[in-house]
Amino acid sequence: MGTFVQLVVDGLSAGSVYAAIALAIVLVHSATGLINFAQGGMAVLSVYIAWWLTTRGVPLIVALLVSIVFSIAFGALVERYLMRRFERGDPDTAVVVTIGLLTLITGVAGWLWTYNNQQFPSLFSLDTVSFLGVSVSQRSLGTTAVIIVVMVALQGLFIGTKLGLALRAVANNPESAAFSGLPVGRLLMVGWGLAAALGAVAGALVAPQLTLTPGMLDNALVYALAAVILGGLTSPVGVVVAAWLIGVLENLAAVYVPFIGYDLKVAVPFILIFLVLLVRPQGLFGRKTVVRV
Amino acid sequence: MTLLELEGLTASYGPVQVLEGVSLSVPDNGAVGILGANGAGKTTTLRAISGTVRTGGRIVFDGKDIRGLRPDQVAALGIAHVPEGRGTLGDLTVRDNLRVGAYLRRDRKGIAEDIDFCLELFPNLADRITSNASALSGGEQQMLAVARAIMSKPRLLLLDEASLGLAPSTAKNVYDAIRRLRLTLGIAMVVVEQNANLAFTLVDSATVLETGRSVLTGTSAELKGMDEIRRAYLGG
Repeated sequence: MGTFVQLVVDGLSAGSVYAAIALAIVLVHSATGLINFAQGGMAVLSVYIAWWLTTRGVPLIVALLVSIVFSIAFGALVERYLMRRFERGDPDTAVVVTIGLLTLITGVAGWLWTYNNQQFPSLFSLDTVSFLGVSVSQRSLGTTAVIIVVMVALQGLFIGTKLGLALRAVANNPESAAFSGLPVGRLLMVGWGLAAALGAVAGALVAPQLTLTPGMLDNALVYALAAVILGGLTSPVGVVVAAWLIGVLENLAAVYVPFIGYDLKVAVPFILIFLVLLVRPQGLFGRKTVVRV
Repeated sequence: MTLLELEGLTASYGPVQVLEGVSLSVPDNGAVGILGANGAGKTTTLRAISGTVRTGGRIVFDGKDIRGLRPDQVAALGIAHVPEGRGTLGDLTVRDNLRVGAYLRRDRKGIAEDIDFCLELFPNLADRITSNASALSGGEQQMLAVARAIMSKPRLLLLDEASLGLAPSTAKNVYDAIRRLRLTLGIAMVVVEQNANLAFTLVDSATVLETGRSVLTGTSAELKGMDEIRRAYLGG
């Protein structure tokens, strides 16, 4: 029983990081209708900025805040000067551009800071808290708590604020949104900037554990995409629940299903996606899009 | 007073010249129709006004040349465009569509009152207030498109083929509602409409476009009296 609960708790902690990247992807998708494959890469770049600052003696929390501000600006600039050229065209082209951006950022990060693993200091202590016979690190608790706060804030932003309404309107139909006076270009920059900031938070949460490399979030990106599809592109709460589910299930499967083990656990979320999409093509929590002719 | 004046408007899509000199004048509180065959440049004229196609010539709104402004800047001046194909925000609820329409306004109380006003004018929408716009019927979507435009409290409404794809009785309902809007709010309008009989229930005057040029302008009564107009646009 102790092992089981331990696995669940660890799974939730890992799932929280997938959730943060997934939320960033949902945010960009909500504002632009695109999946940004570079979301993880952009996040890693921000973590490198924070890391570089800490090696120059800047306190961790200040370094993180600076890297978040950098992310917002970087995300907005990527939208304004790169993605905007492709937004009006074929969405497939735009998605391939984001894949190119991922490759570019990874390469630049490796060139600037080498591909060696760098130690990144942790925001939360590694001391453990015990309850129900399980020991949980404060880092796991902290990571999960931050993600819950971000998820609630994002859901609130979309549903409860004028900015969220405007972002949804622009994603749905930019031309109509402009006819109602919405500054489409600026709103897209805001969407990309917020998403990049979210990615930076996710990167900073996971970096101490994975150690910092240019490809640090590549795996997390794959799991995040799985969570996005499983949870439904339209539901922040949905993708977080899906990300937790993936984190927990892959941990449990690795230990309790001997056939899978640690080598095959990466396949677990995809088998899950396959099964869910067979039954609910819109994802577990997504809204069905009804098109009436 | 003239609210909108188009002078020698030109526009092209790539090498194809679509407008070659459109002139039009809309007085305060006036409603002007644009008639013409498919491809005459009716929709392009409206898109030129709202800033979605680049144009030459002059577009003077309320004394200012607005040519070259972005669509959201044009909207901010009080010009609301109801595009061909309705342009409703399908993934948003009816209420959210109306709230988007009021995006530039800051008066919360006035916005709530105007949402109620729109739902009174279009009772069908009141029953569907929490539905996604994409789930509405064609007629309801057209009503929503007009209501969304009204939410911005425009001084000028650009209405593009509001009857397109609607059953005749539904189209008539939509035009009846728009006429009531004109009477109660005094909004000026530019109306593009294939169905000239419907258009003449709403507009005071109209201009006829042929291959991107204004060839004839007159009051509704004058135009309805002309044989060639009757033959070409009024079905005999």
